[in-house]
Amino acid sequence: MHNKTVSELSADLHNGVLSSEELTAYYLQRIDTYDSKVNSYITVCADQAITAARQADQQIASGQAGPLTGIPIAQKDIFCTDGVRTTCGSKMLGNFIAPYNATTIGQFNKAGAVMLGKTNMDEFAMGSSNETSFFGPVQNPWRTNTVPGGSSGGSAAVIAARLAPAATGTDTGGSIRQPAAFCGLTGLKPTYGRVSRYGMIAFASSLDQGGPMTRTAEDAAMMLQVMAGFDERDSTSVDKSVPDYSASLMESLDDLKIGIPKEYFADGLDDQVATAINAAIAEYEKMGAKVIDISLPNTHLAVPTYYVVAPAECSTNLSRFDGVRFGYRCEDPQDLSDLYKRSRGEGFGAEVKRRIMIGTYALSAGYYDAYYLQAQKIRRLISDDFRRAFTEVDVIMGPTTPTVAFEFGAHSNDPVAMYLSDIYTIAVNLAGLPAMSIPAGFVEGMPVGLQIIGDYFAEQRLLNVAHRFQQQTDWHQQMPTEFNK
Amino acid sequence: MLEKTDIERIAHLARLQIADADVDDYVRNLSDILGFVEQMDDVDTSKVEPMAHPLDATQRLRQDVVTETDQREKFQAIAPQTEAGLYLVPKVIE
Repeated sequence: MHNKTVSELSADLHNGVLSSEELTAYYLQRIDTYDSKVNSYITVCADQAITAARQADQQIASGQAGPLTGIPIAQKDIFCTDGVRTTCGSKMLGNFIAPYNATTIGQFNKAGAVMLGKTNMDEFAMGSSNETSFFGPVQNPWRTNTVPGGSSGGSAAVIAARLAPAATGTDTGGSIRQPAAFCGLTGLKPTYGRVSRYGMIAFASSLDQGGPMTRTAEDAAMMLQVMAGFDERDSTSVDKSVPDYSASLMESLDDLKIGIPKEYFADGLDDQVATAINAAIAEYEKMGAKVIDISLPNTHLAVPTYYVVAPAECSTNLSRFDGVRFGYRCEDPQDLSDLYKRSRGEGFGAEVKRRIMIGTYALSAGYYDAYYLQAQKIRRLISDDFRRAFTEVDVIMGPTTPTVAFEFGAHSNDPVAMYLSDIYTIAVNLAGLPAMSIPAGFVEGMPVGLQIIGDYFAEQRLLNVAHRFQQQTDWHQQMPTEFNK
Repeated sequence: MLEKTDIERIAHLARLQIADADVDDYVRNLSDILGFVEQMDDVDTSKVEPMAHPLDATQRLRQDVVTETDQREKFQAIAPQTEAGLYLVPKVIE
């Protein structure tokens, strides 16, 4: 049962082959057996899940069910859940119970999905390896001495170890796509403004975007259908109609124009990863696609620009944690300044503090123009690179990451080296474009991700391009043997 | 290149207590990161408009009417310390 996709489980539930209560109990049992090996959940909601599953079964029986009714899913612990603890991977929110639901949570509740629990993540989504979580690192189910990627590493490990059939993630600089690549999954970061950010704890507000993590593009289409849409509670939500993402999955790829940016195949890309990516692109050519060499000349500026924009916005967003209204408060504060400084100093972990410091410096008097304003201008140049490319091609392809999953501690003393592991994913966030990572092979037993970047609001096309590949290949059907019982 | 005094100044602006033992690490890490982002200086952006929103959207406005209900008790239930509907902090004025 654990190898069935969301789409297959949905059919089973509707045909009466299986009840949501049985399915939910089965996944709770798997979590009980296996989660200690990967540390992928921060909170498991066993009782609530069974109650929700029983309600879903009644809905199905009464003929009022939608495609996700009764499907168990995991939610990244960055989405606020009314009545269930939301930690964002931080000591600061270790006991925080949100007084409301994020829009994404409300959408899944309305769709009848069953929340199994909240997944582990890098603290406040700041990390590429899940090593910054206050609740301990997540292990990659493919090889437990390697990282699952980050920041949505818990969601990725949950799906790879089959501790949920699907999950949500958020992506500020690659946090859906990079863990999807490292764990052999399908991950979709939608166009900025497509999915509501309301109740999704803010890291860098001009970059953050929620999206689905699944095993197949077909499942990602079903999940995105629930998540996408205008929300008046999110000031940057885009009011644009939502297409039927499942309807066009099988469209032909004849004459699809694929742009291959030479900058994504330059120094720093692992040879074996390059080989797998080139083989995937050759598979697309067999399906009728045309490959066109392109250039995104400002690619090398994406990581430096990101490490000004993201910390500046995070230092502003995280100023709300003051030890007064909610969250961690230090013991025995001497005065108001001591209350602020110690609550924040003790409540935040090392990487979060580092980024708040960088952001505070970049925004401080006399430095704004040199850092934040210059970064916003370069952001325009990076975005213009993509606009030019999309006048020539339909999608852009390349590796999601320069290497497969690395070992724990590999970059822990060198923040800049860690930041460079996101070199192919970050430009997409700066431009606000949609992009996917799909499984495209293995290097020494570890999954490789193919990144597919689309034009604004081209999620439908991306899902179609990913789905057709998954009809021809079986990389997305592989799973780590240790969990295949 | 940052100095120890810079770290102390930034930490104060950010209202973050930094342990004395960690200051040297911050000097090194933050200097590395700032050195890395300095690549931005080489780009001539004198004719480029800064980009704040990927789709260049502008702030939506709404009618100035009350849309939220009063949930003070629910919100204060998660506060570290409250009394009589107020948030408590250490004495500010002697």
